[in-house]
Amino acid sequence: MFSCYLVLDSSSAKSDLAYENRERGFTMVKMCSLALFPPLSYGQITLCESNNELLSGTSSDEALKQDFIPPSLHFPRESLKLHSRPESSSKAAFLDHSETLWMRSAAAWRDGGLSGLLNEITTSHSEAPKWLSVTSGCILAVLRWVSSFHGSLFPHVTLSSEDMITEFSQVLNWPDCVVRAFSWHPHTDKFAVALLDDSIKIYNPKSAITPTLKHRLQRNVAAVQWKPLCASALAVACQNCLLVWHVDPCSLSTRPSSSCAQVLSHPGHSPVTSIAWSPSGSLLLSASPMDMSMMVWDVAAESCVPLHRVGGGGVTFLSWSPDGSHVLSSTPSPLFRVWETRTWTCERWPCIKGRCQSGCWSPDGSRLLFSVQGETVIYALTFTGTPGAPASGFRGPEAAVVVADLSETTFNTPDGDVTVGGEVQSLAWDPRGERLAVLFKGDPQAANKPAIVAVFKTRANPVFELLPCGFVQGEPGAEPRLMQFHPNFRHGALLTLCWSTGRITHVPFYFLSTSGSFVGLGGSPSLPRLQEKPADFSHQSLFTELIS
Amino acid sequence: MFSTETSCWFIRKVICWRAAASIAWSVLLLPPTTAVFVLLSKFSLLQPIQTISECLSLISASSIFSFILLGGVIVMVGFLILEYYTVIPTIACSKIALLSQLLHPRQFINSIGHCLMGVIVGWCCAVTIGHRYKMLGRPCKISDGYSQMCLNEHHLIFLLAGAFVGFSHSLLGVIHNINYISFQIVQQHKYLRFKGSLPLVLKCSATQAFYSVRNYIVVYFFLGYIPKTWVCKTLNLQLEGSVHPLDSIAVLLDLSLLYHLWISATFLLFTWYITLLLFRIFVTEVYTFPVQSTFTEDSHQSLPKVLTDKQPMILKFLALQDLALLSQHSPSRRSEVFSLSQPGGHPHNWNAISGECLSLLAALTQRLAAYHETVATNGRAKSLSSGSERITSEPSSTGTEDPMSPRPVFLMKTPNIAFARSVGGSSQSPLTIPFTPDLDSPFASPALRRLIAPVEQCSPWHGTVQSPHIMRRAPKLWSTSTDLQVNGSPPPSPATVPGPKQEISKPSFLAQFLQNRKEQVKHFLAKRVLIMYLFNKLPEASSQALFADSQAHIWALEGLSYLVQASFTEDQFGVVQTTLPSILSSMLLLQEAVDRHFKLPHASSKPVRSTSSMEDSTYKTLRFALRATLKTAIYRITTTFGDHLNAVEMSAEHRKRLQQFLQYKE
Repeated sequence: MFSCYLVLDSSSAKSDLAYENRERGFTMVKMCSLALFPPLSYGQITLCESNNELLSGTSSDEALKQDFIPPSLHFPRESLKLHSRPESSSKAAFLDHSETLWMRSAAAWRDGGLSGLLNEITTSHSEAPKWLSVTSGCILAVLRWVSSFHGSLFPHVTLSSEDMITEFSQVLNWPDCVVRAFSWHPHTDKFAVALLDDSIKIYNPKSAITPTLKHRLQRNVAAVQWKPLCASALAVACQNCLLVWHVDPCSLSTRPSSSCAQVLSHPGHSPVTSIAWSPSGSLLLSASPMDMSMMVWDVAAESCVPLHRVGGGGVTFLSWSPDGSHVLSSTPSPLFRVWETRTWTCERWPCIKGRCQSGCWSPDGSRLLFSVQGETVIYALTFTGTPGAPASGFRGPEAAVVVADLSETTFNTPDGDVTVGGEVQSLAWDPRGERLAVLFKGDPQAANKPAIVAVFKTRANPVFELLPCGFVQGEPGAEPRLMQFHPNFRHGALLTLCWSTGRITHVPFYFLSTSGSFVGLGGSPSLPRLQEKPADFSHQSLFTELIS
Repeated sequence: MFSTETSCWFIRKVICWRAAASIAWSVLLLPPTTAVFVLLSKFSLLQPIQTISECLSLISASSIFSFILLGGVIVMVGFLILEYYTVIPTIACSKIALLSQLLHPRQFINSIGHCLMGVIVGWCCAVTIGHRYKMLGRPCKISDGYSQMCLNEHHLIFLLAGAFVGFSHSLLGVIHNINYISFQIVQQHKYLRFKGSLPLVLKCSATQAFYSVRNYIVVYFFLGYIPKTWVCKTLNLQLEGSVHPLDSIAVLLDLSLLYHLWISATFLLFTWYITLLLFRIFVTEVYTFPVQSTFTEDSHQSLPKVLTDKQPMILKFLALQDLALLSQHSPSRRSEVFSLSQPGGHPHNWNAISGECLSLLAALTQRLAAYHETVATNGRAKSLSSGSERITSEPSSTGTEDPMSPRPVFLMKTPNIAFARSVGGSSQSPLTIPFTPDLDSPFASPALRRLIAPVEQCSPWHGTVQSPHIMRRAPKLWSTSTDLQVNGSPPPSPATVPGPKQEISKPSFLAQFLQNRKEQVKHFLAKRVLIMYLFNKLPEASSQALFADSQAHIWALEGLSYLVQASFTEDQFGVVQTTLPSILSSMLLLQEAVDRHFKLPHASSKPVRSTSSMEDSTYKTLRFALRATLKTAIYRITTTFGDHLNAVEMSAEHRKRLQQFLQYKE
């Protein structure tokens, strides 16, 4: 097996992404299609990567157990006590209709705002004066018409909030997931797991206590993230608000009270689908597809600064670069923005096909990989120049380049043909910048098109390159739903996967880091692209060595 | 007006220009605002075309004159804001303190100014709206036939409404600390920040105008006859008998009048709030100080020099903000901080910057410790004898703050206020609370001070501050500072000053007598409800007052921790290493003090957030921000240095504490 390199005209990449204006010469693009991957071993479970090879076995117990690998967890679906349906649907049955119209109107105003009030008055036309019910009916009709017009501009606003989270979440098939969100602590070995029953559990290998966090407002958790440079703070993106839990690591309590949680909410900013802490731990960003502004929270003071930009119709996904200099924010429309965090200005990047589904940053913050809905490629943006320099200003990228072609590829296995590839659900890059995991959506209808995780080897120096590593497979019948790399795994990279069965497993990738050290603040500037070719040959040999 | 500050280059060269720019922009924004106001005030749903023609017909000499007047009002408001702004809020710890703030002569001038400008804006609005509001007098027929000038009450009601709204704006400004200027957590461009806050300003002015007009109507309903008869007398106008007087029920039902009053009040508040907003945006803009000045005559403008200045506060704050930003974002300026002086090779820049930051932190630690001691001792039942023993030290305790902040403190105003008030503010001695010796504070109203001074003098807390705990603490602080000297960095000055100097003499008979009388007076007064109401401490206000200037500490912490983090890779000469032990120990000391403070009642209760007001309530949550920043700062250092910190010299207690941070258990 050998890898092939395609030389693409950058204009062909431009046909997919509309760029602002600048012209660039030919760009050498190395295509790394899925056909070059080691073949699928069907029915086997991927255990780890060792000596440049993915090892697999028939059961997860076979794994060469090491102390530093956290044990895998299992949350059987049956063990979770699920809520009965949300109260909105059952509310009418319990509402006391013998109350006066005014009491009910007040309640409706409190619960549903203006439209709730109008709705209440219109429906109870027998009690209300005729002119009142007619007027409110008219206003309601106008409101609905306006909102439907707005909905035709931005179709996502007509979705219910659960559907919206499903649509924009990084988790595959979010409503059906037992594990809805997962987050490693950035400095220690503990992690938080948000479950289907809206509770959050915190696991720490060093302690036997697993605190369970429950809160009245903690509904439909879309994302959780630990605050960097802090031992205790955990931000939770809920349906109606943001919660920031302060879980004392020394506490022996298994059920921290709701008073440990700060509630951050802003009118119109719900559901929250994505959150991102600044790597310095000082600010928290939150995004909602219904709100055109991205919120910058000062969590301790519970105050926020909305960063409003017209266009896009909302913000769906946020990703803060590890060096803290840039933030990716994608919108429900085919448009995403890259903010620089010094003065909070942004670059607009319109796409043609669809919205930006997922993105991830290289450890030094100089390169952004992202995938676009409806396309089967990974794009890269490269940011050169030092973002910290005061006067010179940083130089943004001129064009996005295609770094990987992920079109569907069929593998022959004993159980029949399996098609792999297609649209990307999420991307994850390990903190050393050596492994890139790509979660494919698959096709839930077709049996031979499963969702699967493909892992690439990446290298940033001396040139950026992408080499195939392999597919990560779980138990038969289990689909990967969510993945995250351990933030400081000493022996390489550790990929944590949450499966549709409710199992959480960890796949270690053992390798020696070439860069040696972790992220420096100022990453070395990447070399010009022209030098790419000679370097490629040197790695080709590495690649052949791997599969021999 | 700037008697003390004219000497400062920064006020002259930067702040004045920024203020001028903000005023210019608010005057430039006046035409569109006025246009919208005219359109809304003339609007009639039934005759849209007539509305437009009426609006166009307004362009005349009188309207241009009123427009110029409006511009003048904006300039005056801008000047008042420039004169009264503060970066450290004044927090009243009791009702009486708030009252004395309101009655302070300085504030009185402010209120009168706003009142007058309100009248002018009211006149302009009345003239612009026209119709029945246009003139103060109008010809009318008295019963015996010949015509005379009568009072047009509709005009008068506008003038008075302007005065009322202006006055209430200035009063509410005191209560809500509207003159307080906070700094943003993110640095946006001025235009974007302005655009982002515009909807809020509009909403605030509309709701505020609504409440003001409501209150005004009530006041006018009851007291409206006084100004009416006064105006009639002075201007020799007649009251028209045939027309309904406006201080009647009828006016409450006159929707058109109410609408015009509301829209005028909204216009007034909107233009003033815009001026305020622009001033805030312009003044808090980042100013980049050179770390190292190229020419000697500019050396007083370099960052290390500016940081050590005590006045003006705005300069200090902007310098600290610049320090926090440069430490975070710009490697080139960081390298200047770490650089050595050319002949000699001394790290002057780093020494000056770190020394100033450390002394800020030490000052806060001491302030917190002193507060804690007072609260703790006041909470206990004190024996009379111990009290009398302390009262003898009265003469030396006139400057109680001295042992606490021996350095010519960087905050000339507020720490005194904060400290004195909060210290005195425990429930045991409610009478001592609100008055401070500070001349610049609003409490310096002479009459009130005379009234209270005797009580204050025999208050017990002067003595209690000097409790054995402080004495015990002093050597500890001192030992850490010797540490500093060993390490070759300039000592953070407050720590090195020896403990309280105070000779304890025998309790005299007179002192005991005074003490007894004082207790009696206190008991007597405490039973009176009104006095209790006025003097009772507002919950958590003392906590807010303690942390009133904590934005400076937050920046100092951020600046230090980012610089230390960067020094791990960027500091070529090991400049930072020499100061690292003292940085760590002062942070840990502060952490300990802050932790202890948050265990007090009310300290950790969150204030209610008001969303629809121009009030900047950042100062209410500064203590939480400080706590979070402090923890993050320590973590930033421990995460960067990791186990290397074991090689740093420090006390066993601190090492234990630091170990907690290294294991992420805090």
